[in-house]
Amino acid sequence: MELSTLWFLLIALLFIGYFVLEGFDFGVGMLLPVLGRGERERRVMINTIGPVWDGNEVWLITAGGAMFAAFPEWYASLFSGFYLPLLLILLALILRGVAFEYRGKRPDPTWKRRWDWCIVFGSAVPAVLWGVAFANIVRGVPLNADHDHIGGFFTLLNPYALLGGLTTLALFLTHGAVFIALKTAGDIRHRANRLAERLGIAAVVAAALFLGLTLARRATTAALILAVLAALCLVGALIANRLPSRTDPQGRREGWAFTGTAAAIALAVASLFADLYPFVLPSTVDPTTNSLTVANASSTPYTLKIMTWVALVFTPLVLLYQGWTYWVFRRRIGTQHIPDEAAQLPSPAAERGAAG
Amino acid sequence: MDATELARWQFGITTVYHFLFVPITIGLSFLVAGFQTAWMRTGHEKWLKLTKFYGKLLLINFAMGVVTGIVQEFQFGMNWSVYSRFVGDVFGAPLAMEALLAFFLESTFLGLWIFGWDRLPKRIHLACIWIVAVGTVLSAAFILVANSWMQHPVGYRFNPEKGRAELTDFMAVLTNKVALITIPHTIAGAFLTAGALVAAVAMWHLVRRPGKDTDAFRAAVRLGSWTTLVSMGALLVTGDIQGKIMTEVQPMKMAAAEALYGTEQPAPFSLFTIGTLDGSRPVWSLDVPGVLSFLATGSLDGRVEGINDLQAQYVERFGPGVYTPNIPITYWTFRLMIGAGVLAALLALWALWSIRKGRSPAPERRGTRFLMWGMIALPLLPLAANSFGWIFTEMGRQPWIVFSRLKTAVAASPAVSSGDVITSLTVYTLLYGALAVVEVGLLLHYARAGLPDVSPPPPAESDEDRPLAFAY
Repeated sequence: MELSTLWFLLIALLFIGYFVLEGFDFGVGMLLPVLGRGERERRVMINTIGPVWDGNEVWLITAGGAMFAAFPEWYASLFSGFYLPLLLILLALILRGVAFEYRGKRPDPTWKRRWDWCIVFGSAVPAVLWGVAFANIVRGVPLNADHDHIGGFFTLLNPYALLGGLTTLALFLTHGAVFIALKTAGDIRHRANRLAERLGIAAVVAAALFLGLTLARRATTAALILAVLAALCLVGALIANRLPSRTDPQGRREGWAFTGTAAAIALAVASLFADLYPFVLPSTVDPTTNSLTVANASSTPYTLKIMTWVALVFTPLVLLYQGWTYWVFRRRIGTQHIPDEAAQLPSPAAERGAAG
Repeated sequence: MDATELARWQFGITTVYHFLFVPITIGLSFLVAGFQTAWMRTGHEKWLKLTKFYGKLLLINFAMGVVTGIVQEFQFGMNWSVYSRFVGDVFGAPLAMEALLAFFLESTFLGLWIFGWDRLPKRIHLACIWIVAVGTVLSAAFILVANSWMQHPVGYRFNPEKGRAELTDFMAVLTNKVALITIPHTIAGAFLTAGALVAAVAMWHLVRRPGKDTDAFRAAVRLGSWTTLVSMGALLVTGDIQGKIMTEVQPMKMAAAEALYGTEQPAPFSLFTIGTLDGSRPVWSLDVPGVLSFLATGSLDGRVEGINDLQAQYVERFGPGVYTPNIPITYWTFRLMIGAGVLAALLALWALWSIRKGRSPAPERRGTRFLMWGMIALPLLPLAANSFGWIFTEMGRQPWIVFSRLKTAVAASPAVSSGDVITSLTVYTLLYGALAVVEVGLLLHYARAGLPDVSPPPPAESDEDRPLAFAY
């Protein structure tokens, strides 16, 4: 296999990792006002992703870095061409990241409410816009002979891309609801189960429409198989989400349900990449000359070789210690596990002293 | 202003802002790891209290470093697509490795450290913060390798057919002499910053809250001040070597640092100048003879090339054009960098002196009031020095974005309009401004609060329902 094709696969893998992992923490963030009844439940939700969200986000940074290193043309055309959507995504990710860390740092309810909205906004905007972005990548955008994007912001907001955004939104919401059911104990777990049922149906409809349209435009066998498998996994997840758990008759088979939504997202993203190959950013203007492909966008074989060695050594290591983190924090969290806030905040007496 | 100029402002603002948080993260993660190690070794409660206290400040700061860092990686492609295409084959690799080797380590093990107090065996929990600390240095090393390549491109060839730089020797890029000296200089700057922060906060408590955790805060003043002083020593040594390498690979930057228009032998160093710095005779300046020669060549009567001669040489080599950076900026940032750093070291020395041999500064003395003002300035000075240093090194490279290869003027994204850049510049400026207010507010709040109570929580009825040791 050509090294450039291998790097196309690796970048696909990095985005798959990113969407599977950050997908559920976007879902948790968006569902904060829906499922979190009261401060304690909202804290339960945030703490299910507390130790891991930042590590999940690094998948995106690595995907971006890998794209820069392995396909500079792709990175340059894509990031300059999708300027405003990426700006919105960055704004969202900044607010979200700071919100997780800062919301618990003051006891004031107004302070917390504001950060909660940052989390909701910061999770919903990328959940939609990543779908929009990837739909546009697969569909192609107007590029000139220098591979520069010549469309505007609104060229990116075509109906097909918006359907892509709706699909990722519905998928991540479902994935997040299933994750909350998997990681919490008590009432919130059961509400998350029920919500996942309804969200799941929306996700199936959106995903079927979107992947159907994608394959109707241009289908490869691999993309078709992957899309069908993705749909099956999603349906499987919804079934598992209804089956009673063996250990707790009130609960459901959340482990299987989560495996299903994770696999569905992974396969759906894989299907998009399979459909894209050998292009990396097709042009809708003069497609034969202006499109970016695996061949004309890539770095030199020497750079790719070095990067391949580094990736082969370090990616398994990353998977190992990230996996270990999930193992360390495997326990379900209920409202009884949330420590009193007073124990973690500076004492009011000290504050008075400071003012004096 | 055209799109390129706006993009430059955006890069400057977002990078200087990002680099306020980075050095604190690097230095403080090591100092916190040190406190926790002391606690493990001695079992003394004061070290645990210091770990948790400064750990909190570390986390408040870390969050800002992370989120502003994402902007940096995206910005190359968004605003500088011509640059990205030109350098990607060389510059992309260290960036990707930074993410894969360093960011994953930092983020994953920091999560384990924050939430793992009761979930992990003590030794493993301690190892987590050390891994975070090592991760921060690794990340700095990779990004500085990338930046050093822009200052002194090595290990590549120019492919005229593709119009881009292509990697030919990755080891040469990693061992670029500019990188090898910039890395220790930058890390020393990070320790200067974190040491100053630790000492200043502790000193404030010693004076304002006499009798409360005195033992712990005295230890923190000592550790912080010594870190600041040793770092200053390292900065002077590495800075000196850096100056000589800079004179060799970017002589124009050295001439610009002094606003030295004509070649001189020996060349003086002016501590201060009143004048326009445009080559006309200054109104007044305070010169130290031979010092610039020493900085540039290592000998007090070395020859230092001036701006005018270098400009003529560059025109001959690269064709007509202006090859001189903005001289007042390079001249002043160079001095302010050194001055702010040295002043911070002097303040740290004063802090040490004021607690010598078991003494403590008496709150009612007038000297103590001045000391307190000094302690407010202490952590700010290294932050200023870091920023001036970066502004100097980046502005001093102009008009090049990749020295001798690609000019900044042609490197911006053709697909991005001025309107786009105005939008993003406005968004970042407003957002970063608001976040600065919030972040400084929180830092002050937690810095004033004093050391936390570390007595173990009352035993829960069952292990199953035991509350988490830490939760968001």
